[in-house]
Amino acid sequence: MVLEFTQRGIYCPAGDFFVDPWQPVDRAVITHGHADHARPGHARYLATDDAAPVMRHRLGEITLDTVAYGEVRRIGGARVSLHPAGHVPGSAQVRVEVGGEVWVVSGDYKLEADALSAPFEPLRCHHFVSECTFGLPVFDWPPQAGVAAEINAWWAANAAAGRFSLLGAYALGKAQRVLSLLDTSIGPVLTHGAVENTNAVLRAQGLALPDTVPVTPGTRRQDHPGALVLAPPGAFSTGWARRFRPASTGVASGWMCLRGVRRRRGVDRGFVISDHADWAGLNRAIAETGAQSVHVTHGYTEIFARWLTSRGYDARIVPTEFTGETLDEGAPPAGSAPP
Amino acid sequence: MRQLARLFTAVDQTTRTNAKVEALAEYFRAAPPEDRVWTVALFSGRRPRRAITTSRLREWAAERAGIPLWLFEESYPIVGDLAETIALVLPAPTRSHDDGLSTWIGRLRALDDADEAARKAAVLDAWDRMPPVERLVFNKLITGGFRVGVSRKLMTRALAQATGREEAELAHRLMGDWTPDSTTWHTLIEADDPVADTARPYPFCLAHGLDETGPEALGAPHDWRAEWKWDGIRGQLIARAGAHHLWSRGEELMTDRFPEFAGAADWLPDGTVIDGEVLAWSGDGPLPFAALQKRIGRKHVPRSLLAEAPAVLLAYDLLELGGRDIRARPLAERRAALDEVLARVPENAALRPSPLVPFDSWADLAALRGTARARRAEGLMLKRADSPYHAGRRKGDWWKWKLDPLTIDAVLIYAQQGHGRRANLFTDFTFAVRAGDDLVPFTKAYSGLTDAEFREITQWVRRNTVQRFGPVRQVRPAHVFEIAFEGIQESRRHKSGVALRFPRMSRWRHDKGAAEADTLEHLHEMLAAYG
Repeated sequence: MVLEFTQRGIYCPAGDFFVDPWQPVDRAVITHGHADHARPGHARYLATDDAAPVMRHRLGEITLDTVAYGEVRRIGGARVSLHPAGHVPGSAQVRVEVGGEVWVVSGDYKLEADALSAPFEPLRCHHFVSECTFGLPVFDWPPQAGVAAEINAWWAANAAAGRFSLLGAYALGKAQRVLSLLDTSIGPVLTHGAVENTNAVLRAQGLALPDTVPVTPGTRRQDHPGALVLAPPGAFSTGWARRFRPASTGVASGWMCLRGVRRRRGVDRGFVISDHADWAGLNRAIAETGAQSVHVTHGYTEIFARWLTSRGYDARIVPTEFTGETLDEGAPPAGSAPP
Repeated sequence: MRQLARLFTAVDQTTRTNAKVEALAEYFRAAPPEDRVWTVALFSGRRPRRAITTSRLREWAAERAGIPLWLFEESYPIVGDLAETIALVLPAPTRSHDDGLSTWIGRLRALDDADEAARKAAVLDAWDRMPPVERLVFNKLITGGFRVGVSRKLMTRALAQATGREEAELAHRLMGDWTPDSTTWHTLIEADDPVADTARPYPFCLAHGLDETGPEALGAPHDWRAEWKWDGIRGQLIARAGAHHLWSRGEELMTDRFPEFAGAADWLPDGTVIDGEVLAWSGDGPLPFAALQKRIGRKHVPRSLLAEAPAVLLAYDLLELGGRDIRARPLAERRAALDEVLARVPENAALRPSPLVPFDSWADLAALRGTARARRAEGLMLKRADSPYHAGRRKGDWWKWKLDPLTIDAVLIYAQQGHGRRANLFTDFTFAVRAGDDLVPFTKAYSGLTDAEFREITQWVRRNTVQRFGPVRQVRPAHVFEIAFEGIQESRRHKSGVALRFPRMSRWRHDKGAAEADTLEHLHEMLAAYG
């Protein structure tokens, strides 16, 4: 097999490397910087040029080799290249070719193009290793432009009513994507430290983001009337958010399309915006690979694998320690705290 | 329909009570009267009859969405709401409509007599003409569970805001067994002299629980009256215009189910309304709740059951005397009038006063409370002697002082995901006690943990599932929870031989392993002592 599924992670015997391993290994090819994919403790890392700054920021001193999207590296007997996954800036699918057989590990991906990440690139392969975080037919993302209009209308109404807008979004990826959708003529945008640190890293690598004001212990609410406050969702349950009152609260996540989840979060508004593929997206991406064999790694794996099987695929569930877009843990998966 | 969908969205998009009330009030000001009446009916638990089974709805939704039925069925527990699952899987509508709520309800009711092909055509047509939120609201109408985060109390407050009428008056107007067919907006809400409905009950006065600090903070004991808190069905007995009516707190008319009160119109002067507790009774004391439970579900009670579990009403309060609403009078005065009325009731009548519990100090009362379980009471009620009979739950004048619950340490063995707000979380658990090397399931419990604890156990269940039975997961027997409950009964239907009353998880015993959970023997000892 070109790739094997081991206790430590997805392994390529021909090249003696792992993809997004969850235990320390000698050589790790990393799809993107989220904590469940880029873990500390590996001897050598390989990632895209665009993913590198965030990984260095989060993992500190690591031995990191980088490649451009599409650039082919020979590792042992394997030809390895990284291709855009559209998930977050720098995120990649890993293409591994050994003796003419092609495997692609998707990492996390989404099909809709945003202004920040290189758009998802369909790759032909024999075996596709896919996430399926939102692998149920109830997940159907509205177009990004509509959600942007909803967020801005909510912000404007809050600002007019003298309320702050507290918006929860993960520090790496989601926060910047939301930021890029904001109509900053409505008011100032304040940021939590975890978001701002990631902003700084991404700005330094040339990403254009609107101006933001980092919240510090000295931040006074009266200096920022009508502000939108962008923070990891977990920050709302801490004292940190208490200074911004009165406020309306919102969370930006694919899970927000489920009313039960939204109500359990106890927020006023849920904005359906995800960095993962929805049902139609997963199905389209898989079809476009031309692969007959699909290995699903995380999400609604059992249901999705059964669905794929019913559609004629050879579908298998492979146990991994990837978590995808989680809300229940309360803690954002990446960049929540500076290293 | 559009207006109701807009209301639904407005209520759904805020956690602030005032914003919800404002949105509701705005709706009650603007919507057509016939839609308003239906909305009031829906929010007070009055639903149109279910014309279509949910299994048909699932099939049609799956078919319309182009997915196999099993995939729909797998998605449903994850979404946690059938109406919402259907709304989410359906493709975008291709047409539109301009019809109001009552028009759609009329169409749904016309389906009662239609054949299945016509029902299907009508439902698919509706789905194809409604945008997602309207579809969700429409599906909730068909599936019957119209629970959308608006309590009856909230609705009544909004009605008061929209109409300028007193909340308590409106609460009273909305009681009883009216339907949108039997009334109009004007009659129900506005008419100064509402058509006399002789069966209409008053809103029940409800109490909050006293916290652990006990009654000391309530002030001087002589300002208060104490009664036993009985474990039966709270009821309101009405004798008016030569007839009697018995209402439950859930506003169900129970008159026919309890023939014991058939003589009420003769025992009581016309225009009498009594608040009390229906109990199954034997000799001089109540039977366990389980005895009464056998009677609850039965519209017509067989003679044998009448003999086995005869019912009485223990009266707490008098709300109407000689046709006059006396709820505003002080409790002491109402109670004296109640005793006078009851003194003239025949001795063998199934209606008697719930005795006051005399006490001089809070310490006395605490000691008496300790005897509640032996008397088959749940604890005590404390009522301020000068309190009026409030409409609904108001803090300050009435308090429940319940017994401390019984507890047992049990092992978690099965878990199932919750619904609605708890969808995607494991919240429904089955617990077992030890019997030698075996574990014997004896109760389910759904509540008592914090959100954080539910999240923690959910993570654990996902990783420690041993076997699946449909939506139920058998888990590794590792975690011990303290289960609190109010009573214990023998039960032949349960493998353990017992049934608990109001079981819930009172504590996660992180300090205990499965081997340290309590035993079946201990459970049976509790049954012998408290059953």
